[in-house]
Amino acid sequence: MKEPLIRIVKRDMSPIPHKILVRAIAIILALVVDALFIYFVTGLNPFSVYVVMFNGTFGNQMRILWALRDMVTLLGIGIALAPAFKMKFWNIGAEGQVLIGGLATALVMTYCGNTFSTPVLFILMVASAIIAGGVWGLIPAIFKSKWGTNETLFTLMMNYIAISFTSAATNYMRGQASSLGKLNMGTKAGWMPKVFGQAFNVNIIVVFALMVVMFIYLTYSKHGYEITVVGESENTALYAGINVTKVRIRTMIISGAICGLVGFLLVSGRDQTISTNTAGGNGFTAIIVAWLAKFNPFYMALIAALLTFLSKGAAEIASTYALNDFAADILTGIILFFILGSEFFINYKLIFRHKEVRG
Amino acid sequence: MGNAIEIKNVTKTFGKTIANKNVTLNIHEGEILSLLGENGSGKTTLMNMLSGIYFPDSGAIFVGGKQVEIRSPKDAYELGIGMVHQHFKLVDVFNAVENIALGFDTKRFGSFNLKRVKARAEEICKKYGFDLNMDQKVYEMSVSQKQTLEIVKVLYRGADFLILDEPTAVLTPQETEKLFAVIRNMKSDGKSVIIITHKLKEVLEISDRVAILRKGEFVGDIATKDATESSLTEMMMGEKVELNIERSLPVNTMTRIEINNLSVTDREGVKILDNISFKIKSGEILGIAGISGNGQKELLESIAGLQKTKPGSSIKFFAGNEGEQEMQLIGMTPRMIRDAGIHLAFVPEDRLGMGLVGSMGMDGNMMLKTYDSGRSFVTDRKLPRIQAERIRKRLGVVTPSLSTPVSRLSGGNVQKVLVGRELASNPTVLMTAYAVRGLDINTSYTIYKLLNEEKQKGVAVVYVGEELDVLLELCDRIVVLCGGKVSGILDARNTTKEEVGLLMTSYRGEVQEQ
Repeated sequence: MKEPLIRIVKRDMSPIPHKILVRAIAIILALVVDALFIYFVTGLNPFSVYVVMFNGTFGNQMRILWALRDMVTLLGIGIALAPAFKMKFWNIGAEGQVLIGGLATALVMTYCGNTFSTPVLFILMVASAIIAGGVWGLIPAIFKSKWGTNETLFTLMMNYIAISFTSAATNYMRGQASSLGKLNMGTKAGWMPKVFGQAFNVNIIVVFALMVVMFIYLTYSKHGYEITVVGESENTALYAGINVTKVRIRTMIISGAICGLVGFLLVSGRDQTISTNTAGGNGFTAIIVAWLAKFNPFYMALIAALLTFLSKGAAEIASTYALNDFAADILTGIILFFILGSEFFINYKLIFRHKEVRG
Repeated sequence: MGNAIEIKNVTKTFGKTIANKNVTLNIHEGEILSLLGENGSGKTTLMNMLSGIYFPDSGAIFVGGKQVEIRSPKDAYELGIGMVHQHFKLVDVFNAVENIALGFDTKRFGSFNLKRVKARAEEICKKYGFDLNMDQKVYEMSVSQKQTLEIVKVLYRGADFLILDEPTAVLTPQETEKLFAVIRNMKSDGKSVIIITHKLKEVLEISDRVAILRKGEFVGDIATKDATESSLTEMMMGEKVELNIERSLPVNTMTRIEINNLSVTDREGVKILDNISFKIKSGEILGIAGISGNGQKELLESIAGLQKTKPGSSIKFFAGNEGEQEMQLIGMTPRMIRDAGIHLAFVPEDRLGMGLVGSMGMDGNMMLKTYDSGRSFVTDRKLPRIQAERIRKRLGVVTPSLSTPVSRLSGGNVQKVLVGRELASNPTVLMTAYAVRGLDINTSYTIYKLLNEEKQKGVAVVYVGEELDVLLELCDRIVVLCGGKVSGILDARNTTKEEVGLLMTSYRGEVQEQ
């Protein structure tokens, strides 16, 4: 019998310089492994590939803005998920909640676009998006409270209902046309007004404001306190006199409503149309964002930025070098792998047989 | 008697916590050794390294004079070391034989054959005097039967060294006697038994030798015949400790809570509490005795508004003098009880799962019951901090900071935070479930003192406890629960441990309050 070669030992809270160091090493290692992959598999010069990747986001001012636009979509949904996740209510229905909010917006634009003045129209669009998203969040919460259904499955299934609704509605709205196209092309009714030259700048502003509000809500408000207690233990919540059902339902309405609002931003501020791809998988990617950030809205901004940077970079590499999309995805996947893997070395250290400490 | 197991300079750390520091300890053949120490002194960690759960950071272990590396419980069994853990590791839906056969090693015992396993297990039972039905399912077994099964399981695997982690914690005095009898049988058969414990009386009764750990370090060992309760305490604590509970006579007692025909069933409809009636009075400490799981939890939770009760149950609260200002607590939620102005403090058994929020610091936990006071949308963070600081000082809570998540604190400190908060709420009725479980002797006595102070202030104190010695010394009256019924209401000053123990295991007809 021999002493094991490696033993894993949990660290007590790592000091901040250590955390930074571990992450820096992770990124460097990721770039080295990526370089090997690029050199040996594609035969390209790793450094020029990295420059192209960097240019995917930072190539020019417009690209920075586009990256920001995509980042706030992720961030906005992440923010919506934060209160639900903090309550340990695994809402994986953001995709559908965003879509149904977007659909409500689109319907109001199409059928009330010419009836109301702009301010009233926007109030209607926002309200309908929030209500639609809120209802999409509320339904699973009611079922869980009344009959103890599993919220993960339930919210997931709600996605498909939202997708089918959207699909049916767009078919109806487009009539004889081959595709829906931009809504209200002539009147531009319900199009988000341009701020600093772009309509989607409003999205950026709104989401960053939401980020601050959500941080305050979760950290300092009584509601936030209740959410934390319910998430930690329902028994503790009962003991403290918290009405668990009420908190669960209220929180899911909020979570769904913010998703709905993001749907509104996407339809009015970004696409000016609706399709089953409006949420575009962001509702699922945002789950990763919320989790990695441990439900802290500010960290979410960083994670969303990183993910956007990687996907923009991958797309740029693929188009510049006429590479297969998958090859570019491997590159960004390796980076993500190292960054996530570094968490392990922040929480644990390895002890080798001869008492060599590493980490 | 040779040194069968030698532990040399063994150190084990978890993060910054040093669980064992340079421990050197010998275990002889055929002896009963008590490993004595406060909670958190590293007794279980040390034994876990013998049984293959943990691996030491440094140091060496010798068995029979040869250095060994024990990397798994299987390695431990091959060396003849077996451990019965505090939390039993049995499969509920299997019967006794099937549990014994679990992890059967065909290399050592030949081909798998349940009948043969049963025959050998029965042989072991006969040899040492165990009382075990081999065909009984684990979920039908009492705690003491489960423990017996665990010990037989370990013996079956050929253990010559048995480590028992807090074996008497869950047993009645009668069951403890039975356990001690078989331990003595094992000893006379040449086996070594190591008992991890912090109960001094049992140490003196059963063991040949006592080894003492304090804060992870080996303090020394002493032959039991040369030891006394106070000398052992002194070694354990490193200082002299007064082990006295000052019990005053109750004055001015008034009925605060009157429980009538309280019944509770679990989800399957099994009766947990069956028609219980008794009174809780101000200015006295009412002890609740019973084997754990006999309805104590449901009883306290019913009073606190956390438990669904059967129709016909009644829990009346009297705010004023004897029998005045009556309020029915059945049907009220904790919030309604609080809003009705009833100061009901409750230290539940499940500290982190009910009494506290593990991810929050002391400060956040202080406001668990008061967070929603005031009209503001945000919570008041100042007052809880002040209160947390006060409790930290008063009870000596060891924590890096007030905002360190309480789940990172040691069990004793967690309990101090909880008890501290409940006492600070200025209660009329104070209910505690196993208030000193996991606390060191000093802190336990601090808690007893605090409870006595509350009693003298006129608070109605309910103390659910597991150590009968303490119940007899601390309480004024004792309600004994057995199988969800009240099997006796005793005057704590005029009863014996044996009487309480007997009532804990046998129900003999309806008991009426005087």
